[in-house]
Formats: sequence, structure tokens, C-alpha cells
Amino acid sequence: MVNKPSKASLLAQDAWNIQLDARGRLKHFLTIEGLGSEILNTILDTAESFANINEQSVKKVPLLRGKTIVNLFFEASTRTRTTFELAAKRLSADVLNINISTSATSKGETLLDTLRNIQAMQCDMFIVRHNDSGAAHHIANHVSPRISVINAGDGRHAHPTQAMLDMFTIRRSKGHDFGRLRVAIVGDLLHSRVARSQIHALNTLNTGEVRVIGPKTLIPAGIEDMGVTVYNDMATGIKDADVVIMLRLQKERMLGALLPSEQEFYTMYGLTREKLKLAKADAIVMHPGPINRGVEIESAVADGPQSVILKQVTYGIAVRMAVMSMVLGREPDSENDSDGEAQT
Amino acid sequence: MKGHLQIKNARVIDPTNKTIDSYDVFIVKGKIAALGNKPEGFDAERTLDASGLSLIPGMVDLCARLREPGAVHKADIASECRAASAGGVTTLCCPPDTDPVIDEPAVIELIHHKAKIAARTKVLVLGALSHGLKGERLSEMWALQNAGCIGVSNARAPVINTQVLRRAYSYAANNGLTVFIEPDDHWLSMQGCAHDGPVATRLGLQGIPVSAETIALSRSLELIAETGVRAHFGRLSCAHSVELIRRAKQEGMNISADVSAHQLHLSENDISSFNSAFHVLPPLRSMRDMTALRLGVADGTIDIICSDHQPHDADSKQQPFPSAAPGISALDTLLPLVLALVDEGELELHTAVRALTSNPANTLNSAAGTLTIGAAADLCLYENNIDWQLDENNMHSRGKNSPFIGWNFRNRVKHTIINGTLIYSASQ
Repeated sequence: MVNKPSKASLLAQDAWNIQLDARGRLKHFLTIEGLGSEILNTILDTAESFANINEQSVKKVPLLRGKTIVNLFFEASTRTRTTFELAAKRLSADVLNINISTSATSKGETLLDTLRNIQAMQCDMFIVRHNDSGAAHHIANHVSPRISVINAGDGRHAHPTQAMLDMFTIRRSKGHDFGRLRVAIVGDLLHSRVARSQIHALNTLNTGEVRVIGPKTLIPAGIEDMGVTVYNDMATGIKDADVVIMLRLQKERMLGALLPSEQEFYTMYGLTREKLKLAKADAIVMHPGPINRGVEIESAVADGPQSVILKQVTYGIAVRMAVMSMVLGREPDSENDSDGEAQT
Repeated sequence: MKGHLQIKNARVIDPTNKTIDSYDVFIVKGKIAALGNKPEGFDAERTLDASGLSLIPGMVDLCARLREPGAVHKADIASECRAASAGGVTTLCCPPDTDPVIDEPAVIELIHHKAKIAARTKVLVLGALSHGLKGERLSEMWALQNAGCIGVSNARAPVINTQVLRRAYSYAANNGLTVFIEPDDHWLSMQGCAHDGPVATRLGLQGIPVSAETIALSRSLELIAETGVRAHFGRLSCAHSVELIRRAKQEGMNISADVSAHQLHLSENDISSFNSAFHVLPPLRSMRDMTALRLGVADGTIDIICSDHQPHDADSKQQPFPSAAPGISALDTLLPLVLALVDEGELELHTAVRALTSNPANTLNSAAGTLTIGAAADLCLYENNIDWQLDENNMHSRGKNSPFIGWNFRNRVKHTIINGTLIYSASQ
């Protein structure tokens, strides 16, 4: 008989709980999965206060003065990196942008060597984007314990700050009670880290119903287990929705035989004014950006009265400020946080 | 007298005769001379008290990567032959995906030479089915066979062109060679790293559907039937594959099949924490698949359990899950994992021992894996009912990439005897 994973199961639990410090506060922000509604609501409430600051003429607060935040992007990004940078600067932190896709790893340096070099520069937080699912967990498991890691997108796995800014946008439009909401997420679920994080967040906040809509080729196996209802027909799926979230469709999907053409996708799943009429009259339309007009969304909808797409971008700064300040603004914990030695 | 070894009071498990009895084993000049009664003229030079130990034929591992030639920073023939002997494996078979590929006699000679110097576990070699494993041209199978390879295989490298595959099987049949097949459809498994199911979906990992294995398996079954080649299917991972093998055997096809020991203990749920030690190919599948694999071994559909040993250096595994090298360092856990299934009541002891000894030997056309009088005295003696925990320090392989680190086991190899010589004894 094997005495099943004594240590192995502990390791597995650790891997989920590495986001929290010994006192249950957010130390890393890697995925929504495993976090309770209490933490999610704290992020949203904190973001609310920063949103007000962002509307003032002097937008800076000294909360993270003296802290160094490194944007560590292994994958190209403009929007996400910019809003993280802006958020860090409004909190008075120093920001360093490092684009790794063009530097170290292409010279044969391993990911962990790159990390060790950067953490030797005495920084406090890594904002990480990487094209491998699980990369943020991997990095959080191997950096020095005094460094916090925020996942800015790992492969198809998670993009938790994007999901939280989406929750913030929904809450501002629809109020605090998610229980009465019907949310439809439309498009390329298979490749979307945004959708996975949104699904976890919506379910943690007790959303009434979460639907995913897309062709069978873009709906991954067993997604029902994440607590969603699958619709392959747009008209049925979008019916009476309070929130319609459109996902970005990458052009390379045509090459992998997942779809025949952009036009056909647009005809079947693109959000047009006509299809939007099937949702509730006061439904809001969201999109994580950048949008492909005429592929997943009609211009008149993207720019129309129900669209909150630009608000999402604005709120993104407040939500990222909230997460950074919660993570870095913690009182030093016991041995976990004060220990400056790298564990690898 | 020199070369006379007497093993006393062992609990002897003979997979061929399906008996378990306590008696002495007499070895003369590297061969089994007698079981039970002392043969005439026997005068022990050495005796080994095996009271409390179980004795089985030395295990025959159908698939172990030694990493030499090509990746000696991970492991080499000497280090892994040492690990194999410490794991109770006395014969192992090495697939052809070394670097350079085993597609010319010189590579076979190199491996045999190094294994001879290591002087521990006996190493058998599979030759490449296609030149360079590229799936385009036939390898020189006659030359490979002449140099000592005991079968041919394309390992996990694809033979996309079905015409090439059919001709390769046909040519192997012509030479009386067994083909060893790891069924995998290149297109369906491309870039995948996890079972296509709810766990991969949740983690955002590229899935490998069951059909990647069953389509390749079905294609090969048709070609085997047509060409009459003798074939072995290795590393099965899906319930439906077990069913396909079961049906083919019922139809009288001359095939055998194996599963790796870790597939009988792990499932997709184990990858939930992105721990790259669980990244293997074929991927860990659902609990239902794991149960079907166990039943397949129990009812004899799956004849063999192998280690699928793939040692790695730390750097290869310290990567995000999809980028980490697939594979498990498995020689240290082969016996403990299989006997755990016996202790749990999932497998009969004789079935388990046959799956580790005489069955793989049959597939390899080898005389190993039995306690027949006159056979080479390759034996494994193990302790049961003890409690030990696997950790990096008590692993013998140079690769420490085991997902079983931290697991507690009840069985452990105590002594390994190869050609009548005590090659390994566990320290207390």
C-alpha cells in the first residue's frame, strides 16, 4: 500500500495557497481560483477609493514611495503594461520595464537565471506576463520570499487583474448584487486567459448565471466543470443577458483550422446591434481589448451607448493600484516576508 | 566451491509455475542450478540469508532511457545501470531516440560496450524503425539486427506517411523483428502537455485528446494485421486503448502491450498545481482511464508494466509546466509502485510479478525473467511490510525528477543478483 502523498499533497496545497501570506493576506496575485469573495470584494472596494483619486487633478498618492516594481514581460503587450506602469507611478513607486522576449532568454539564459539577476537589483514586485500557462506560479515559487508576483497573463491560464477590472466595471454599472445577473462570455474561450479568470471571479461573486458562447472548436473540453453553461448558438446564449463580454479573436486561428473565415465568425458570433437586441435592454457590452471591429464586434456596438469598453480601460488603473497597494502595503509579516534570502 | 551461491529461506515467487514457497535457491557459475533441494556436488562458497525476504526473477524493464549517447548531463549508461540494478531491474531495454539515433550499428556497439563496462543491469537495444526516426526512409534493419538490436521502434517520433509505416512494418516482418509502438498521432498531440479534459481546460494547458492515442493505435493494428509483423504497444494511457487491445487479442492478433507504473497511480488531477514533475507523455489522464489501465493489467490485456524511465537534470524540469521536459525518473519506484497495487488488492501477486519479469522477457524474446533451472541467475530480493519514504537522497538514478518524492512505500529492493553475482544490497 502506498501511503498517498503525505508531502506531495502538502506541496499541492502550498501551490494554491502561495498567493496568501501566513495571515491570509494577498502576497501574490496569480489567479482568481482559490481566493474567496472577501478578498475579491476588498480589491473592488479599494479600487473604488482609487477611482476617485484618479478623477482628481492631482492623481498621485505616496503609498508605495521607495518601492520598486518591475514589469517583466516575456510577451508583447502595450495596454496592460502601460496601465500597470501608470498604476505603479500613481502610487509613487519606481517602475522598471523589462522586455524579455527580445533579450536574455533568446541568448540561452534560463528563466530562473533571468529572475535571479533581476531580483538581485533589490526590487519588491514583479508584474509578469509569459506565454506559458503556469509561468506566474512557477516564478512565484522560485523568487526570493520578499518579492511579490502579479500575474499579468500566463498562456491561456489566467489574467486576474483584467478579470477584477471587469468585475469592477460590472459592479459600477449593475450594482453589488451579482446574484441577479446573467453574464454571457462570447468567442474564443479556448485560448482566453481572460475568460478563465472572469469565470472564476463571476462564480466566486455568486453570479446568477454564467454562459459561454462560441463554436465547438473554440470551447475547451469540460469547461462546464468551471461552473458555466455552454451555448453554441449566439441567439439562444445571449438572450436576456445583463452583461455581454466579447473576447478577442486572434487572426492566426484561421490557420489552425479552428474557423473557416473571419466573415463567417462575424456572421455567427459577432456582436451586432441586431443580436444585442436579444439581450436585456439595459445590457452592457464589454471587451478586454484590443477590439477587432467587424470580426467580433460591430463598430456601432463598440462605440454605442451600451458599450463600457473604454471605462474598462480607465478602471483598469484603479484596480491595479488596489492590488499593488494591498500586496505591497502589508505590514511585514513574520519570517515569511522579512527573510531576504532566495529560496532557490 | 567457487561460484556456488546458496540463497537461504527466501519466500520464492515463481511467476511461471505460479507458486509461492519458502525454499533455498542454489546457484552455480551464474546459473540457477536447483530450487529447494541441494544439487549433487554443491558446496556453497557463499550463502545469503534471505529470511523474511521475497525472491522474484530479476525484473525486465521494457523502456528505460539511459541518456547516453546525447544527454550525458542528465544521466549516463553507468549511472542508470547502477540505478536499475538498485531497483531490482536486471535487464532493460533502451529505445532508439538517443542522440545520435540508434539507426546504425556503431551506436548499438557503443551502448553495449558501455553497458558491459558498467557490469550491472543487462542492456538490450531497440533500433530505429526509420532512418533518423524521421519517418521517411527505412532504417537498415538487417544491419541493426546483426549488431544486436532486438526489435525496432520509432519511439514517440511520428511516421506521418502511412505508406512508409506499412512498408516499415512489412520489412520488419521480413526480418522477423518485433516492432515496438508508442501510439501517438502527431497532429492531435502537437504542442499538447496534458489530457484534454476539465483540468487542462481550467489550467489553460493545451490538451491531448484520447483520440491521439487510439487513432494511432488503430492505424497500427490494421497495418499489423496486413503485414503480419509481431508488434508490441507501449505506454498506453487510455481506457479506450485497453479496449482496442482486448478486442485485437480476442481476434487472435499476435500483440502485447505495456503501461508505465506511474499511469497506474496518477491522473490529470495531479497536475493541478502546475508541478512539472507530473508533466509526462502520454499525459496523465482521467481517473476512469487509470482504473481501466489497472483492470487491463489485472485481466492480462496489458501484459507488462514498465518504468518508462526518463531522468532529467534540474534545469530541464525547473520551467513552467508546458516548457518543462516531459518524463519521470522511474527506476527507483518501479517495484514499490507495482507491489503497492498488490497490497491494495488491485492486482494478484503473480500477475504483478509476471508483468515485471516473464512477460516483458517474452516480448523481448529473451530467456530472462524466469526461475528455470539452467537460466541465468538474475534475481531480485525485496523486503515487504516496511515503511520508507522516497526522497532525492535515497534515489539511485541521477535524475531526481520523480512526482513520488514524499510518498511512503511498503516494499523495497534489498538485494539484486545478476549472473549469480550479488550486485546490489540496500544499506539499512
